[in-house]
Amino acid sequence: MANRKRLSNTQSSSQARKHPGSSMTQEDDDDVTFTQPSTSQVQRGLEKVTEAQVEQKTAEVVQYFLVKEQKKVPVRRADLVKHVLKEHRNIYPEILKRAARTLDQVFGLKLVEIDPKNHLYILINNLEPSDGASPINCPADPKRGLLFVILSVIFMKGGVVRENVIWNLLKKLRVDPGEKHEDFGDVKKVVTDEFVRQRYLEFVRIPHTEPVEHELRWGQRAEKEVSKTKILDVMGELHERDPQSWSQQYREAHSSQNSTQQPGSSSQR
Amino acid sequence: MSRQMGDSHRRFLQTMMANGIIDEQGAKALHQHCCETHNTQCAPDRLDDFIDTINLKLQPMFMQIRKGMSEDNGHQYYALVNMVENDVTRMSSDYADNELELFKKTMDLIVGSEDGKASSTDILNSTDSMTTKKLKKSEIEHLLNRLVQDKWLSEKRGEYTLSTRCIIEMEPYIRAMYQDQVKVCHICHTVAFQCQICENPTCGIKIHNPCVARYFKGRTEPRCPACEDFWPHEIPEVRRPRSQSRR
Repeated sequence: MANRKRLSNTQSSSQARKHPGSSMTQEDDDDVTFTQPSTSQVQRGLEKVTEAQVEQKTAEVVQYFLVKEQKKVPVRRADLVKHVLKEHRNIYPEILKRAARTLDQVFGLKLVEIDPKNHLYILINNLEPSDGASPINCPADPKRGLLFVILSVIFMKGGVVRENVIWNLLKKLRVDPGEKHEDFGDVKKVVTDEFVRQRYLEFVRIPHTEPVEHELRWGQRAEKEVSKTKILDVMGELHERDPQSWSQQYREAHSSQNSTQQPGSSSQR
Repeated sequence: MSRQMGDSHRRFLQTMMANGIIDEQGAKALHQHCCETHNTQCAPDRLDDFIDTINLKLQPMFMQIRKGMSEDNGHQYYALVNMVENDVTRMSSDYADNELELFKKTMDLIVGSEDGKASSTDILNSTDSMTTKKLKKSEIEHLLNRLVQDKWLSEKRGEYTLSTRCIIEMEPYIRAMYQDQVKVCHICHTVAFQCQICENPTCGIKIHNPCVARYFKGRTEPRCPACEDFWPHEIPEVRRPRSQSRR
């Protein structure tokens, strides 16, 4: 008989702790506590469900990820378990494995855990951006350009900048954070709210500043999705310099290469 | 005849997901672009096979890329749809309960109308009988804009119609919900909102405006295909897709 350990929540945000071999709690309060089931538990669980049920749950998990990804909101494992898996939480690892495979094989999207502690997932694109322009204009594009500029500046300046640096730069590019912009609307909100929620940027208060100032860093999604090598290439072209001439940034770009490596498939790009 | 799914299919699918709906020409261009990007052979007339390959993989997720006609210009469109038949579930993640209720009321008005349109005034008035939390006038206007932006409704001169994407996606739901009330086109057999009706009281068949244009093209004396009575309505012009030039 497996030990039933009661796990308590430490904070309001639910954090799942890994206890291999221990049982799961069946608590159904708002903060779902979820323990990763052991391999043997998963095996036993799989014996009790039909293949059709497993496929059904996989499909629901895939749908859930796609819906969240549309809004660029990371998926919390706890929510996935509570809202989608429900009574099938004991075969969670198997379902997640299948969902990841489907997302990869059908949609060309990679499931990535950006926060191993809090178990947050995002989807990143496995397909490289195509060289030629797509004949179909994607509605979200202008903001990507804005984001790329900001990420580039932050990266080139060592990974963190005070907010004023960004606002001044944008003003020079005729994107005034104080005014409503034709393509971006409330620029400040896009940068400090939308991009932060999507985990592209971190907007953190600098302590002891009066009036309050913030600094900007790369967010977890940017770390996974955006290629620092590419930024250096673009900078190199812009300034007509060899990317290697920025030795520090070059080292940084090539040390974190694994996380941004996009495993394209048969194409030579 | 479906091949293995490759990166060209995935790229196509990703674009469909980002856009929701694209016209036939766009789809053909996209097909070509995807194949070229991934150095795959592309046969232009093989678009439907290409899409079949994708659809086979989408089926377990209750998703499909479906083709349908715009009631506005008669052109063919491809839309990525959810296949859940029994409700407007696709929208429930983006809209609150009372917003969904208003959308359904708008749909009621459109289905019940003769011309497939609902005026903003009528929509506003319909909120008097809402069972969920009532929406204010400004909220309704904002909501209608959102519905148009999200491609569920189309708007022209203050009148709202169901968008092409909405019709393609919700056809099964509409047929089930409005069984006897919903009009069906005699020519193409899909649901019809903006259509013409045979005036013969014993006949009364409906034909989409663009289907009328195609069916009666060049005929000096248009006659109802079912009862052969004179077809009294104005025959619209066939609308050619943008880059097609025909003399």
